[in-house]
This record gives sequence, structure tokens and C-alpha cells, in this order.
Amino acid sequence: MTDKILMKGNEAIAEAAIKAGCRFFFGYPITPQNELPAYMARRLPMEDGVFLQAESEVAAINMVYGAAGAGARVMTSSSSPGISLKQEGISYMAGSELPGVIVNIIRGGPGLGGIQPAQSDYLQATKGGGHGDYRLLVLAPQSVQEAVDLTTEAFELADKYRNPVMILGDGMIGQMMEPVEFGEEISPEDLPKKEWATVGNKDRKPNIINSLSLQAEKLEELNIRLQKKYEKMKEEEVRVETYKTEDADYAIVAFGSMARIALSAIERAREEGVKIGLIRPISLFPYPDQVVGKVAEQVKFMLTVEMSCGQMVEDVRLAANGRCPVYFYGRSGGVVPTSQEIYEKIMELVRGEKE
Amino acid sequence: MKVVAKRPESLMDKPTHYCPGCTHGITHRLVAEVMDEMGIREKTVGVAPVGCAVLAYEYFDCDFQQAAHGRAPAVATGIKRVLPDNFVFTYQGDGDLASIGTAEIVHAAMRGENITTIFINNAIYGMTGGQMAPTTMIGQKTTTSPYGRDSKSAGNPIRVVEMLSTLEGSAYLARVGLFNNKEIKKAKKAIRKAFETQKEGKGFSLVELLSTCPTNWGMNPNEALDWVKSNMVPYYPLGEYRTPEGGDNK
Amino acid sequence: MMKEVIIAGFGGQGVMLMGQILAGAGMIEGKEVSWLPSYGPEMRGGTANCHVIVSEERIGSPFVTNPDVVVAMNLPSMDKFAPQLKEGGILIINSSLIKEEPDRQDIRVIKIPANELAGEVGSDRAANMVALGAVIEKVKIVEVDSILSSLKKNLPERHHKLIPLNEEALKKGMEAARE
Repeated sequence: MTDKILMKGNEAIAEAAIKAGCRFFFGYPITPQNELPAYMARRLPMEDGVFLQAESEVAAINMVYGAAGAGARVMTSSSSPGISLKQEGISYMAGSELPGVIVNIIRGGPGLGGIQPAQSDYLQATKGGGHGDYRLLVLAPQSVQEAVDLTTEAFELADKYRNPVMILGDGMIGQMMEPVEFGEEISPEDLPKKEWATVGNKDRKPNIINSLSLQAEKLEELNIRLQKKYEKMKEEEVRVETYKTEDADYAIVAFGSMARIALSAIERAREEGVKIGLIRPISLFPYPDQVVGKVAEQVKFMLTVEMSCGQMVEDVRLAANGRCPVYFYGRSGGVVPTSQEIYEKIMELVRGEKE
Repeated sequence: MKVVAKRPESLMDKPTHYCPGCTHGITHRLVAEVMDEMGIREKTVGVAPVGCAVLAYEYFDCDFQQAAHGRAPAVATGIKRVLPDNFVFTYQGDGDLASIGTAEIVHAAMRGENITTIFINNAIYGMTGGQMAPTTMIGQKTTTSPYGRDSKSAGNPIRVVEMLSTLEGSAYLARVGLFNNKEIKKAKKAIRKAFETQKEGKGFSLVELLSTCPTNWGMNPNEALDWVKSNMVPYYPLGEYRTPEGGDNK
Repeated sequence: MMKEVIIAGFGGQGVMLMGQILAGAGMIEGKEVSWLPSYGPEMRGGTANCHVIVSEERIGSPFVTNPDVVVAMNLPSMDKFAPQLKEGGILIINSSLIKEEPDRQDIRVIKIPANELAGEVGSDRAANMVALGAVIEKVKIVEVDSILSSLKKNLPERHHKLIPLNEEALKKGMEAARE
């Protein structure tokens, strides 16, 4: 017997948020993340929290902005088209240095796209997404348990850096059920006070939450400060898993649920005597360039596998920096590459290498 | 020596950036006086819009958040849900509230969000240099209606208070005009009533203030005040449209 | 040991719950499990399906492409998933609704009149449990006790009065598969 509970990814993320002291959720319906707000709507009233279904994703992210500015741990979730609508608010949050957790359970695009799993919002998530020079911390779980653990961390990181954090999942992570365990519960009352929050200015000067700076030099100062923050994230917050890379002649780079599927292909290729390993970036920003770069020195090629037409592969190439060829395999629109397809691609590339 | 007039404590001691003859300054003062009189300055969080009042946080001596264009009611909702015992108000112009932020204001009112909105209707976009607003009068010339607003192409002006008065969540709605001292006194009363509505937890409150924009209207301040009275008031009737007690006094 | 199962049928036949009970039973036994549903509009009218993996080791892909077991509760499900079965895999078909034969000779076919057998214990809505009984009888994935504990966990409290009926349905399925 175990203490584990079998839970859907979407619901597990919601419960993890509540356990991390999040009592405010603002959302808007969109498939395939609907179980997350529905769970919040059920659970938050039991914790004296607030669930609010906003009139749009645009309003939802701005409610997150207000609540974050008032000092609360707050979350919103959506899927690709909804996340596009939230970009304005996310940029404002980054500019005003507000913490908050945004969940994107990606579906196929562009446009209205479909509802099946995809990873085609990688560039949007990791390169800013909205206007201006900013970055989110982006965390990509590969299992329901990891989604829980990363959600807990996301709230800590958001507060630590006063920066929005994105949990980047896909329809598979959101819909899948796996056994999960939750860590210790944090009560919002036990969290450190946020001295900068707008809660009423008794005996002090007003606190202002703002991203406007009409003087170019002042705005540049803000940008320099933000960039320093991102540099610090690069030094301290890289999360990456490597699997069987020690003796590897080849490596696959994949994140999220795609990494698991790739893992099945890797095991099969290893059975055939192909020494191949896996690099799985867990933080997509900051990106684990150093690990990718190091493995690139050792292997004959890297293969990036994604549920997209090739987005993370750009970062893999930058990190490999010419030290080995970087190939790409992906399916898009909600089609999930199978481990068979990846296996065949590995074998094809290995044969080509030997010729 | 007896002090007969002084700066409200809820206002900072600094000159504003507003144009001469613009009524934003009056409205800032009225809101600040109400905050002083109710003794709520230290418990108030304001939300600034995008528009001429974007810098409102420079002038009020209370905590403030600056919102994206039109989103002030959503931001205020987030704040109020976290801090239900604080006073939260948005300060928005007509482009911000009645154009890009229509959804946000309607739904804040629909929810009966317990916040107060100060709505400046001056029939034009000021900050961006005098473009047509949804509240621009028929025939009024702006940089984007250079031949005068034509209802066939641009529709007729939105009456925000009347629109919101169909919503059960709207507890207090009033329209006032800032064109003479008598009306300014009425405006202050309305603002006070809006904040009192919030204090009592009755729901959404909004005061629409018919205001001037002499610069973009191409008038001197006095002409602008006359224009409010003679052109705007007939189309935008003054009065209380909803009160917590029920009934209207227009 | 890793067993990969696809359970498929009409929306409303309880195929999702069946998969959850199976995965839950594996979890109770301390195994690695995953349950992945099809989702979207196809859930109404067409086929709904879920992929269940129960394993001693870490599960890679939760997406099953070559199942060890396919449970087909209706004809479209058999047509769609029988071709994906591994050689020597087990196809459990609901013969109450499927009269056709699968188009493969290299698999084992178990025909269970799930609706009739469920009707015998009191409700043909328990056809899913009959089929699940057949699964655990034919494939050593989990113990019957684990299924029963999992059933209790997965059924909302207000439906707990239905547990004896479901238990009977499960046993009916096991018996039928034994024959």
C-alpha cells in the first residue's frame, strides 16, 4: 500500500498550487486544461480562497496582476490560444516585477488549432511571448508527479525573483493520470510579508506597481535590472536531467512528455547496441546550455525531438555551437511522435553516420 | 489666521502634468477630499489607466497599481478579492473604459464587484493626441474623424451609465458634469456616495464625469466648459441612475 | 514486467473508469502506472479510449502504440485497435455488441458477452466490470483484491451501494474468461 493518489495532471497541478499557499485563481475555459479551473472552483472555497471565472483570458491575467500586486500567491491556467491572449498581461507582470504562476497546457496551433497535445508554444514561452525584453522562468514537467513538484517550486521561484513563472505542459500531461504524492502544505499566513505590495500605505510612502517609465534612461535602468535577474536565474535555476549520457555516442534532447516517449526509443536502441542517451531540459528558461554543450563535445550527433515543427532545436544548436550536428524530428498539430518513429529516426541517423 | 482652503492630505504636494483648463485636476481633488473626509487614505488602493491619467499614481498619496489599457476593472478585481477590507478604485478615461476596456467594465459591474470607478468622459482620446472616442459627439472633429463623427460609419456615442444600469450588480451609478461650481459640488457628493456604497459592501459603483479637453477640442477653458454644458449634457443626461436604495433621481 | 493495455468503446460504456480502476489497482500494489485518455469531441458518439500501463519499471511513453491487451467494447474499437496488438497479444471483445471476427490470426481472442453477463447480475451498465474481470483473469496484471480496493476509491461515496453488484460483475467476467 502507498499514500499515493491517482490524479490527472490538471487536477494535481491545482492541488499542488493550493498546497503551496495559492488561494486565488482567475481563469477562463479552454480545452485541454478545463479540469484545472474546475478543481480550483471546487477546492478553493474550502480553503477560504477565491476562484473567479473571468470574462476572458485577458481579464483573467489582469486579475492575476492585481492580486499579485496586492501580495497574494496567485495562479491562472490556459491553453495555447488563451495564453496568446494573456501575453499583454504577462509582459506587464514582468515589467512591474510581479510574481505569479501561469500554466500553459499546450494544444496544437496556429490559430484555433486543435485540442491534442503539442509543444509548439516553446518559443513563445521561453523568448518572452509578449512585447519588450523580458523572460519568464519556464518549467516543463514530464510526469504528473513532476508537475506537482514543479508547481510547488514555481511559487517559490516567482516570489524569489518577483517574476512570473510558467508551467509548460501539454495535453498529455494535463489529461494523464499517474500516482502522486504531495509535499508539506504551506499556509499563506506563514509566507514572508511582501513589503512592496499595495495593501494601503499606513505610515509609509505609497507603494506603486507600475511598468511605465517615460524617460528612456529610467526605462533602460529597469531593463538592466531585469537582465541581471535573468542572469542570476541562469546561474542558479537551471534544471536538467541526463540519462545514460556518460558513455553515449549519440544523444536525444527532448522535454516534457516528449522526453518520456523518447526514453522508450532510447531503451530499444540500446538493446540494439546503440549507445544513446537523453538530455531532458526541465527548466526551458533558463536553458541548460552548459549540459547540452558538454554532451555535444562527446557525441557524434544530437537529435532533438519535439511535438512541433522544430522550436527548441534552435536552442540546442546554439548550445552545441557547432560541436556536433544537431538533427530534428517532430510531429505537429497534435500528432504525437511514437517511440517507434523516434527509434527508426535514431537508427536511420546512426546508419548514415557509419556510412 | 484661519485656514479656509488647503490641499487634501490624500494628494501629493506636486504640480500635475495636466493641460491648463483640463478638469482632471478638479476630479483628482474631489476624490482626494472624499478620501480625507472618510478617513480611508491609508486603506485605499487606486488603479491608474492608460490615458492622460496614467500618472495618477504620482498625485495621490495612496498605494497604486498601473493597469494595461482598459484592464483597470480586472486589476481592481484582483486587488479587491485579496483585500476585501480595503477601498479599491479605478480612474479611467473614455477610451480606456468605453472602448478597449468595455468587457472589463461590464463584467466588473455584472459581478457587483465591490469597487468604485471614476470615469472621465471628455469625448476624446487625450493622451494620444485627440482621436475619436466611443463617446465622441456626432459631428465632433478629431484627428481620426476629421470631417466630424459620422454615425453611419462610426455609430452613435455610448452612454456608459445607462448601459451599466441594466446590470443588477451595479449598486451606484451617477453622471455629473464639471462645468460650474454647483455641478462640481454635486460631483463630489456622487463620488462620496460611490465610496460609501463600497464601504457598505453594496457592490459596484461608478461616477461618470463629463469633463473637458480644451487642448484637443481646440478651445479655451471657458469655451470648453460651455461646450460640456451645451453639447454633452443634452446627450448624456445628468443624475443618479442606480442607487443602493433603489430608484433614480435623474 | 510491463503490460500495456488499450480499453475502448462508446462514450458512456465506462471505458475510462475501467482504465482508472485498473491503473489504481496497479498503484495499490506499488507498481508504476499511467492512464492516458483520448479526449475531445470524439468522446460523444464515436470511440472513447484510454491507454493504461502497469509496470515494474519506470514508464517511458504513456502513449501505447503496440498493446499487449486490447479491450474492445464495440465494433469501431475492435476495428481501430485490433491491428495495433502485439503478436500473441490478447483481444477481449464484447460479443454482446460485436458479432464480427477480428482480421488477425496471430492473436488470442477472448469473446465475452459483457452486456448479457452484466444484465444477469442486475445492470448491463456493469459490462465494463465484466470485461475488466476477463482482463485480469487472462493477463496477470493485478490481483482481484487490488481491483476491488481500487473500485472503492474510484467510485464516489454515493455509488458505494453499487460495489457488490460490480464485484459480482467482475467475477462473472473472470469465470467467463476461464471457460
